[in-house]
Amino acid sequence: MPEAMIRLEDVTKRFDSTDQSAVEGLSMEVADGETVVLVGPSGCGKTTTMKMINRLVEPTSGHIFVDGTDVLEQDAVRLRRGIGYVIQSIGLLPHRTVAQNMATVPKLEGWEGGRIEERISELVSIFDLDERMLERYPSELSGGQRQRVGVARALAADPPVMLMDEPFGAVDPIVRERLQDQFLDIQRRLQKTIVFVTHDIDEAIKIADRIAILNVGGKIEQFATPEEILRQPANDFVRKFVGVERGLKRLALMKVEEIRVEDGPVTAPGSSSKDALEELARFDFDWISVVEDGELLGWVDRSGLEKAERVSDVDPRPFSAYVTGESTLREALDSIVTSRTQVAVVATEGQRYKGILTLEKISKEIVT
Amino acid sequence: MIRAQVEGQPYIDWGWIADHMDDVWTRLIEHSYLTFLAVAIGMLISFPLAIFAHRHRRSYGPIAAVTGLLYTIPSLALFAFLVPYTRLSVLTAEIGLVSYTLLILIRGVVSGLSGVPSDAREAALGMGYSRSELLWRIELPLSTPVIIAGIRIATVTTIGLVTVTALIGKGGLGFFILMGIDRNFPTASLLGSILSLGLAVLVDFLLVRVERLVTPWAHRERRATI
Repeated sequence: MPEAMIRLEDVTKRFDSTDQSAVEGLSMEVADGETVVLVGPSGCGKTTTMKMINRLVEPTSGHIFVDGTDVLEQDAVRLRRGIGYVIQSIGLLPHRTVAQNMATVPKLEGWEGGRIEERISELVSIFDLDERMLERYPSELSGGQRQRVGVARALAADPPVMLMDEPFGAVDPIVRERLQDQFLDIQRRLQKTIVFVTHDIDEAIKIADRIAILNVGGKIEQFATPEEILRQPANDFVRKFVGVERGLKRLALMKVEEIRVEDGPVTAPGSSSKDALEELARFDFDWISVVEDGELLGWVDRSGLEKAERVSDVDPRPFSAYVTGESTLREALDSIVTSRTQVAVVATEGQRYKGILTLEKISKEIVT
Repeated sequence: MIRAQVEGQPYIDWGWIADHMDDVWTRLIEHSYLTFLAVAIGMLISFPLAIFAHRHRRSYGPIAAVTGLLYTIPSLALFAFLVPYTRLSVLTAEIGLVSYTLLILIRGVVSGLSGVPSDAREAALGMGYSRSELLWRIELPLSTPVIIAGIRIATVTTIGLVTVTALIGKGGLGFFILMGIDRNFPTASLLGSILSLGLAVLVDFLLVRVERLVTPWAHRERRATI
């Protein structure tokens, strides 16, 4: 594992007003370029833990290192300018336009105007924002736009580390999904070290490289990849927190290309109906895929073949849906259960035939 | 110059007004000057006090109590009390006028500052604003609409109060009001009152314009779609 970008060592936070520690003796490491999601019920100290990294909350004891330097030995203001920060309510400055909001940290850092402008147009293209939005005030934006501007603003000075506290919490589920997809896409390119707080386990599973499941008092119940947490929950707390549909959630993490697809009945337009019917019988199917030079043309069924001399005499019907290597197993499962034939056909984006997937094959993948 | 309301004479003596246009201008300017001075000095005192009260919450109670007490002193009594010390001077007038602005102005600044959205404050701190950068670049700009609302009330109140200082020889347009009463000459009283009122309305209108000019963000139509 590469050198840890963020390291928490035996960190404890006690707020004056309570006897109980918000966070007690927490240690964890976040690798360079890694997205770690802190997830847990309310009161588990996930936000407190995150805020100690940029010293919005001062730890009572313990050490926190960012890029090898103890944060407590740095000037808090300087430290924060080097760490991107996004909160749930976003906190866009209402008296500044979108462009001015995005320029916040570069301006604090004393960048000159031309460099700031250049950076803003970079951000506009990274986040696929509308240029016309730049001169608007935050009150004139939709919820989804505000979230995107908030994340863009946090990235403005290109900090290596980002702290994100439920950044997609305040938008509706459809917009949230879009924002998460965009976030994943951008993170793949930028490779920031990210500490992300959420209470939504599905969001955590979707975006995390590793998930830390926290219990009350900042106790880490499990710190592992999403796949591992779903496959092997460390204890009852994790099992309960991950909730029902663990199998389905795992399927959502696995891609079709990661497993071996099965062979299905295939024929070519030039074949005789007899050969095609034999092939079809071999698989105990009542339809067969028609493939010409690797390209998937569609399918024909038994009754059609029985009336024909050659396969080409029957017009192949297009598949109403097929899955690609990029599809998740969950999508493949959906395709299986909604198809009349209980089979998902796998092809590439360019209609190159790959094989088929069946229910048995997928359930085998979950069990192993 | 002693005139009285006489049967058959018009209630408003336009001729008299026309003859005294120079006086009207002088008094109007004096009135504006006394008002401006009072609000400006009031702001100079209120601003640091309000920021102190905002930072140290516990000091707001005593500050509000003292300025509240000043506000409740009858203006006539205050001037009567001051004259032996500061004589019939602009100083006497201003001590009174300024005292009455403090409560309104301090309250305006403090409530403006506490009305700053906490998410904007948290985001700003998280991005690396120092305490003083936060105050000057975020909190005060965001408080401006409320602060200007306070200035409007203080200014309109002061314009009315300036007329009372006519009793100690200042008073701007109050001079005409007092003259009208002394000489049973309604034209002068009405002139002073109407001009004072008009000045208040005009200045209030101008401050609204200023507020719109300096806080364009607070007045944009909310259109949330592209």
